[in-house]
Amino acid sequence: MHELSIMQSALNQALREAGLAGASRVHEIRLRIGVLSGVVPDALRFAFEALAPGTAAHGAVLTIEEVPARFWCAACHRDFVAANFYAECPDCGATSGELRAGRELELSSLEVDHV
Amino acid sequence: MCEACGCGLPAGIPATVSGPGHHDHGEHDHPDHVHDHGHHGHEHSHDHPHHHHPSEPGAAERQTLDLRHAILEKNDRLAERNRGFFQARGILVINVLSSPGSGKTTLIGQTIRRLGPRLRTAVIVGDLATDNDARRLRESGAPVVQINTGTVCHLEADMVARAVKQLDTARLDLLVIENVGNLVCPASYDLGEDLRVVVLSVTEGEDKPLKYPPIFHQAHAVIVSKLDLDRACDFNREAATANLRHIAPRARLFELSAKTGAGLDDWCGYLVQQHEAVKHRDPLDA
Repeated sequence: MHELSIMQSALNQALREAGLAGASRVHEIRLRIGVLSGVVPDALRFAFEALAPGTAAHGAVLTIEEVPARFWCAACHRDFVAANFYAECPDCGATSGELRAGRELELSSLEVDHV
Repeated sequence: MCEACGCGLPAGIPATVSGPGHHDHGEHDHPDHVHDHGHHGHEHSHDHPHHHHPSEPGAAERQTLDLRHAILEKNDRLAERNRGFFQARGILVINVLSSPGSGKTTLIGQTIRRLGPRLRTAVIVGDLATDNDARRLRESGAPVVQINTGTVCHLEADMVARAVKQLDTARLDLLVIENVGNLVCPASYDLGEDLRVVVLSVTEGEDKPLKYPPIFHQAHAVIVSKLDLDRACDFNREAATANLRHIAPRARLFELSAKTGAGLDDWCGYLVQQHEAVKHRDPLDA
């Protein structure tokens, strides 16, 4: 259950950035989480409910964009979304070791009070 | 377009995945061009870390802060510091990952014995509690540092940095980090290792790689362990290999039994060869 510490890091960063912008309330926190990041979005939501009370993000919406695993096929010169995490090009069947997206653990943006 | 940021650069420009780290987005720069972040329906230039602007019409009392921060930025930074420390000393570092009870400790102990004087080895071992593994590993003659993580389900880069201070790194060729037994959480944390090694014992079944894709996907090497038990467990080696190839097509595969010693020579040869590569690497190339 490392989601608790990951959510705590994201929340700390969000509160710090909101504070630097002079905002007193955080209305929405947006995360981008890759499907190969090893982090479960539902566990992040659960952690957020536990961590947000008592902070400027209490009551804020947590929006999580799940980023699919995308690989690059060198033979076809295109990228593809991996079905079942299989790193095999759906067109030519070649396996790819080059992951282009899917490991993101990112605090992408915040909605805060306008100052 | 670039999948990482949605910018307009053609997909043919190589973006790399740098080892166990995150998508390395430093491969191409965004000098002055403009990003279009679809969810805002507006454009902004990219030459400052973030900026503020009013949100949707009618909600002028709110503003959006565009951040794009890596949540584990601090761990990633500390891991890179570890990596530089190890590279400067020519130490090969492997991060050994598996579920509890797959035989990591036995495998590491037998690896140290088999390597003998070829590689001077030390171990950092993580467990929630007890120093049982450290005591078992010390029987191999190698220096061992036990980390007790308490309730934490994985090792982090700063725990490794602190543990390393207890080792004589001037006389070390190989550092083995035995992570907490867990096939999920350790996948997210770079420790500064050169190689991620995932151990899968035959008692766990052939489909483990399909059930836990993130950790297997990142593996540089996968070890199928407890091979002496494969018949007792009806373990299908062909199916296991096929599953691994789907998830980790570039990982080196080793099948061995730490108990009988079968397959250990191949594995130890691989470590010696990897250490040679690390020792002769140009530090500025890293």
